[in-house]
Amino acid sequence: MLGRLLSHDLPRSRVLAVILVAIVLALALAPFAFPGVKALNVAAKILVFIVLVAGFDLLLGYTGIVSFAHTMFFGIGAYGIAIASTRLGPTWTAVGVGIAGALALSLVLSLAIGLFSLRVRAIFFAMITLAVAAAFQTLASQLSVFTGGEDGLSFKLPAIISPSFEFSEDPFMGASLDGRLLCYYLLFVVAAALVLALLRIVNSPFGRVLQAIRENEFRAEAIGYRVVVYRTVASMLSALFATLAGCMLAIWLRYNGPDTSLSFEIMVDVLLIVVIGGMGTIYGAVIGSAVFVIAQSYLQDLLRLASEQVAGWPWLAAVLSPDRWLLWLGLLFVLSVYFFPTGVVGKLRAARAAHAANPSSAAAARGTS
Amino acid sequence: MTRDIDWKPLLLAPVLALVALPLTGSFSIWLTLTVAGLAMGMIIFIIASGLTLVFGLMDVLNFGHGVFIALGAFVASSVLAMMGDWSGSSSLLLNLMAVFPAMLVAMLVAGAVGLAFERLIVRPVYGQHLKQILITMGGMIIGEELIKVIWGPAQLPLPLPEALRGSIFVMDAAISRYRLLAMVVGLAVFALLAWTLARTKIGLLIRAGVQDREMVEALGYRIGLLFIGVFVAGSALAGLGGTMWGLFQQNLIPQMGAQVNVLIFIVIIIGGLGSTGGALIGALLVGLMNNYVGFLLPVATPFSTIALMVAVLLWRPQGVFPVVNR
Repeated sequence: MLGRLLSHDLPRSRVLAVILVAIVLALALAPFAFPGVKALNVAAKILVFIVLVAGFDLLLGYTGIVSFAHTMFFGIGAYGIAIASTRLGPTWTAVGVGIAGALALSLVLSLAIGLFSLRVRAIFFAMITLAVAAAFQTLASQLSVFTGGEDGLSFKLPAIISPSFEFSEDPFMGASLDGRLLCYYLLFVVAAALVLALLRIVNSPFGRVLQAIRENEFRAEAIGYRVVVYRTVASMLSALFATLAGCMLAIWLRYNGPDTSLSFEIMVDVLLIVVIGGMGTIYGAVIGSAVFVIAQSYLQDLLRLASEQVAGWPWLAAVLSPDRWLLWLGLLFVLSVYFFPTGVVGKLRAARAAHAANPSSAAAARGTS
Repeated sequence: MTRDIDWKPLLLAPVLALVALPLTGSFSIWLTLTVAGLAMGMIIFIIASGLTLVFGLMDVLNFGHGVFIALGAFVASSVLAMMGDWSGSSSLLLNLMAVFPAMLVAMLVAGAVGLAFERLIVRPVYGQHLKQILITMGGMIIGEELIKVIWGPAQLPLPLPEALRGSIFVMDAAISRYRLLAMVVGLAVFALLAWTLARTKIGLLIRAGVQDREMVEALGYRIGLLFIGVFVAGSALAGLGGTMWGLFQQNLIPQMGAQVNVLIFIVIIIGGLGSTGGALIGALLVGLMNNYVGFLLPVATPFSTIALMVAVLLWRPQGVFPVVNR
């Protein structure tokens, strides 16, 4: 049963399995185990990032191509919900129209970009997605009639998932039973379903072909797979997952603006999470997102403390200032690409493989890391 | 010896300019826009030439090229501020004597940082495109943040020296003096580059390396050294271009490198990766397109250059001058 649910792609490391179960349990029980607005926001952000990053892993980790337009699709999803809800009012129809419209736009855009750039050379893809994403970001802040410009859009959603909706007066186990809670569990179920769907995709024959292309494009083509088609389909799928993650974000925040969903900083976060978690594993996205979002939410306070400690040395204080958070992320990113390319999941699996005397399991672990 | 010159791409920029003539409505506006576009194109070319050679020679796709643009501009702003007497005076000679050292220092610093960048960031990931893209992007982020640490995250004004401000009028068209200077410097760099590539031993080796690296190595030349030289020169050119871009915009933000990077990528894709001549054509096209569309329909500006690239690639999928057969 569990094997079928995970598409027979088990963690293959006891430590990894324990960590994953702990993360899933913590997320499932977050509203009760960690009361408070900030904790729940962090948990919801983790859910959104898991979907966003896992979708990116399909492209980077499994297919071996880099896209810098992932946040563009993330933004399309968020804007889809935001614009539809602003125009059509707080109804489920609006949410449906927003999701459908955003998915359609992402599909068309990713098909166009993919066919166009992957047809020529795979490395064009990285450059062209970067250009398109930059242009899209400018467009989104300029078309303020639709997008609210730099200010973004605040909107209402159907009452049942809004904080003001309470279906019980008495709190249950320390959590108030309101629309916020329902909304959280809606996100949780959606995120779980999407991650399982991704596991299904990467372990299907289609996913095997993607990995073959990653390992040796020329051979994959020679065996008779149309590399361009497979890469394009992978980039479209990845775009759709990013779009859905964007929809989740907008539903949770009931707000969207360019900095929330389109900024390049989010793209950097996604890259870092994929690399830290472990490329080409999907599970890496789960671990990476949890670690990273928690670190981002709480470690910036630590950085502020450190910066105050060294206030006597202005230069050091400037480097340690929380505003320079991205500097440390960048360093961490470069170092992990060098020294830690398989990420947490890869390391754990390799440790397990080295541990096991059975050579076949070692080979299996090498084959996927 | 006669060589067949592929003349069709050479016509692209004039054709684009001619198409824009009826659209802009007035000849003087068109002339202003065209000169502005050509000046912008020359600056972009200076920046893009290094990147395209680095790719052509060593198959290294440097997403961190933007760092050198921003670095050059910020260094130049500090130098100009130090020479306030000269850059603030109204004599053209003194102004130029302030601007040229600023450019030189910007090039030196950008080149030196380029050397470190090549050693620390690019060297360990030769031959691995995926890691190159990730690592150089990481280098770009680090560089941008360090610029924020040194010069502060806010926008910095970079006023043009007195004598370079303002415009001269040719047939009722306002042509800013600085753009003329930019065109002169751009043409000088192009001439120097073209001469080096076409007429010197080093240029010969670079061109040969772009076409077939292994063969050059087999003939006993140390392509690694050559590559470092090209990388440093490319970084220095990016620093020069960044200085000129900063003076063009008259203000600097730390993110300027990333912004220009997007244009540069479009340019080298249009030109054909590895081709300097192609980069020049691509840069002029992008510069002209930016100015025409920026005047006619400002909202569409960022997409116009992408549309241009799409059109060129539909015509020649490898860029206008395909060089590298990898």
